[in-house]
This record gives sequence, C-alpha cells and structure tokens, in this order.
Amino acid sequence: MPVRDISGRQVWKRRTGRESLFHWVLWLIGIAIFAYCWQQISEATTWFFVWDAPRIAGDIWDRATPPKWEYITQLGEPIWDTLNIATLGTLIALLLAVPVAFLAARNTTPSRLFIRPIALLIIVSTRSINSLIWALLLIAIIGPGVFAGVVAIAIRSVGFCAKLLYEAIEEIDSTQVEAITATGASRWQVMAYGILPQIMPAFAGIAVFRWDINIRESTVLGLVGAGGIGLQLSASLNVLAWPQVALILLVILMAVVISEWVSAKVRGAII
Amino acid sequence: MSTELEALVGKRWKKPPFVRRGWLRWALLFGFAAYLVAAFLTIEINWARVYEGLERGKQFVLAFTSPDFTSRSVDIWDGMLESVIMTVAASVVGIAISIPIALGAARNIAPLPVYLICRSIIAVSRALQEIIVAILLVAIFGFGPLAGFLTLSFATIGFLSKLLAEDIESMDKVQAEAIKASGAKWTQWINYGVQPQVMPRLIGLSMYRIDINFRESAILGLVGAGGIGATLNTAFDRYEYDTAAAILLIIIGVVMALEYLSGVIRERVQ
Repeated sequence: MPVRDISGRQVWKRRTGRESLFHWVLWLIGIAIFAYCWQQISEATTWFFVWDAPRIAGDIWDRATPPKWEYITQLGEPIWDTLNIATLGTLIALLLAVPVAFLAARNTTPSRLFIRPIALLIIVSTRSINSLIWALLLIAIIGPGVFAGVVAIAIRSVGFCAKLLYEAIEEIDSTQVEAITATGASRWQVMAYGILPQIMPAFAGIAVFRWDINIRESTVLGLVGAGGIGLQLSASLNVLAWPQVALILLVILMAVVISEWVSAKVRGAII
Repeated sequence: MSTELEALVGKRWKKPPFVRRGWLRWALLFGFAAYLVAAFLTIEINWARVYEGLERGKQFVLAFTSPDFTSRSVDIWDGMLESVIMTVAASVVGIAISIPIALGAARNIAPLPVYLICRSIIAVSRALQEIIVAILLVAIFGFGPLAGFLTLSFATIGFLSKLLAEDIESMDKVQAEAIKASGAKWTQWINYGVQPQVMPRLIGLSMYRIDINFRESAILGLVGAGGIGATLNTAFDRYEYDTAAAILLIIIGVVMALEYLSGVIRERVQ
C-alpha cells in the first residue's frame, strides 16, 4: 500500500510516486496531442464566421419557424420510400448475414484456416464503411433511386448483423447440439434442430435492432440521391426553403422516435 | 403417467412454433406478406439502367485489386489527417463533457431536476443524426473541420452519457456507502467510491466511441464539414474508382486497427 510520510504522519495515497509520475506524463502527452489537434482545426476555421454564428443561427431560426405544415401532403410518398428502403434493406441483409455468420462462427465454420478469415473480412469491410458512402458508390453504378438505397442499406447491415449473429452462435449450448447429433441427424438437421432454436431469439432481436438503425440511416440517404425523405430535405436545403426543412426535420424526428419505440417494444416481448 | 403425456404418446413430434399464439402468428405472417407485395409494387427499378451500370460495378470491384494511392496522395493525406484530427479533438471534448452529464443522468447520484435536464440533453443528442446536425452546423459556422468537430462532440455526448449513466446506476452501492461512511466529501465520494467502479466501462466505451467517430468523420465531408469524405465524394464524381478504392481501403485499415487496439485495451482494463 503506498504510504507517504508527511511531517511525521503517515498518509495513505492512492498511487506510488512512480505510478503518479507515469500518470502525469500520460496526461501531458494527451493534452499536447489535443492542443495540436485544436490548433489545426482553428487554423482551418474562419473565425469571423464563428463570432457571427449566433446571429446566423437566430436568422435561420426566424426563417424556419413556423414550419410549412401544408407541405406534409407531399411527404407521404417519400416516407413510404424511406420505410421500404429500411425494411427491404434489412431483409436482404439478414438473408446474406445468416450464411456469413455460420461461416464465421468458430464452432460451425467448415474451415478455420481459409473460410473463416474470408467471412470475417466481409464482416469488417461492410461494417466499417458508412451507408452513405455505399449509397454514393451504388448511385454511380446502378443510378439514383430507391433501389440504390435498398442495396446500400443491405450491404452496410450485413457486417453488423453477421457479427452479432456469429457471436450468438459461438455462445450456444453445445450439449444440445451433441444430443441432436447423437440421434443420427445429418449436418443440416443438426443446424435446424440443434443450433437454430438456440439463436432464434438473438436473431429476431438483431433484426429489429438493425431495422431501427436502418430507419435512421435511410432518412438521410436521399442527401446523396438514394431516395427517401432525404431527397426532399436536400431539395429544400438547396433552394433555402427553411420552413420546409423544419417540417422535414420534425417528420424525421418523429420517424426515429416511433421506430425506436417499436423496436424497444418488440425486443422487450422477445427477450 | 400424466394425462398430458398420454395424449402425446403415439403422435408424431412437431417443432414448436416461434410465436405461440396462433392468430398472432398468422396475422404477423399475413401482414408481412401484404407489406412485401405493396413495397415491391411501389419501388421502381430501372433494370436497363442497372444492367448498364454492371460494367462500371465490375470496374470498381477490379479497382480494389489495383488501388491508386499515389496520384492523389496529397489530397488523401490531407483529408485523412483532418479526419483523424477531428476524431481525436471531438472524442476528447465529447468524453470530457459527457462524464458530468452521465453523473447527472444517474438516478442514484443526481437529484430529480438535474436528472431530468441531463436525460433530455441525452435524448436530443441521440435523436438527431450526425449528418443532419452537420448540415445545420455547416450552415451556421461555415465550411470546415470546426463544424465536423462540433457535430462529433455533440453525438459523443448522447452515446457515452447514456451508457455510462446506465453503468453508474447499476454499480455496487456498498462500496460507495463505505466511502461515504468514512466522512468523505461529495467529490471524494465520486472519486473513490464511484469512479473506480465505472472506469473500465468508461475506457471501453470511449475506445468504441473513438472508433465510431472516425467512421462518421469519413462521411461528414459530404456536407462540407471537413475530413476525407470530400475527397472521396470528388473521386466518385470523377469516376476515379482506383483512388476511391484506395481511400476506402485506408478507411477499412484504420477502422480495423482501431478495433484491434480497442479490443486489446478493453481486455487489459477488465
């Protein structure tokens, strides 16, 4: 226990002298890095605009309120598109994620040396690139529209779903699988009766969780041209129609809150 | 033998359904099928355009085998550096702000008014997506990394405070009470009773959030908030797939490195 003598009295300290020195050095390095980063940001900033920001913010607020309520009649179809992008994207992603997850899980993969790394690579590379970037790419390839959005969301979600699913597969109870194997079941029967029932709740939970995230992401996909309510948002921003922007943001907020509520309810019912 | 079991003897075993209530199962299935039909009917897919694009898709996939790091290396380097700088600065500021908010949002530490204020800050920050916040902040503060930095800090607050507050709420009361019983002041109570219990989780969550912040910083450039996104967008617009592939490979590489690093650190602190 680190104890220090201070004027004849023994005082308890949390760290020894060397430990606290080490801590100070670490803090110093951290602060130096942060100071450097801040300096770089500050150099790239036009500070005049920043000092002017409160006035601009107030100006935008004045222009944006009240929202243009009658514009809501034109938002029905974009919202339907957004819902379709999220739902169909999640469905396709789940269809693709199941085989990838089975190939990536240590206890079900056919080959740990060759196939598992490939499956893990698919998971990492689809997961680390944002759906907006996938959408940009797909728009260049298959043209703008809802379909590009669906595919972008699907690709982005594969890695996420497969990762959570393969972790669930690795955590299953192996005795149940052994019991099914002992009855003479084939490889597919073992999967259907030994593994599948164990991961079904996790699978349903992941599906709803990802659907919730996808609703959020699909509301902004339109900014790059991939359909949905983001298209209206970017069109309104381009013509500086702030009352329309305000209404669209409110609608997006509502959609996010509702989808989160639905997903929380469904997950509560499953688990 | 019970009567229940007797009724089952001699019958073929059937797999129990996932949703037990029959009417609910059929209603869900039917509703879902109806939705799928409606969705497919309203989506317009221009298959001719898709077919035309396949050639470009092939080119893009092939570009991954020969990514071009050199011809735009200055732009890529500047963009990456800006992304990393935004990530680091926003993570530091975001984490620093979210710790007091997390303390305020934990019901076992904060009084009710503080709790409600902190919870509403978290709710607002979580409900707004990064990219929308970035659009507004770019409109207010002008183009550049400052808008991206503020966006990421704001998003970090919602994420980190919520999860940290949940961890504080589920901490072991006994340890905190022992510190309090020794006559500690409020700050000492937090520092010696609460902080050691949540520190591993805080470090783990912070690493995870740095990872997310880097990924998000890659798209903020699309709306003018600085970072690699602007370079990437330009590369796509000019159909320079080899440069775009190079940028994507760098992003994947950095994310993988961060994920590995955070895994190592999280294992060490737990």
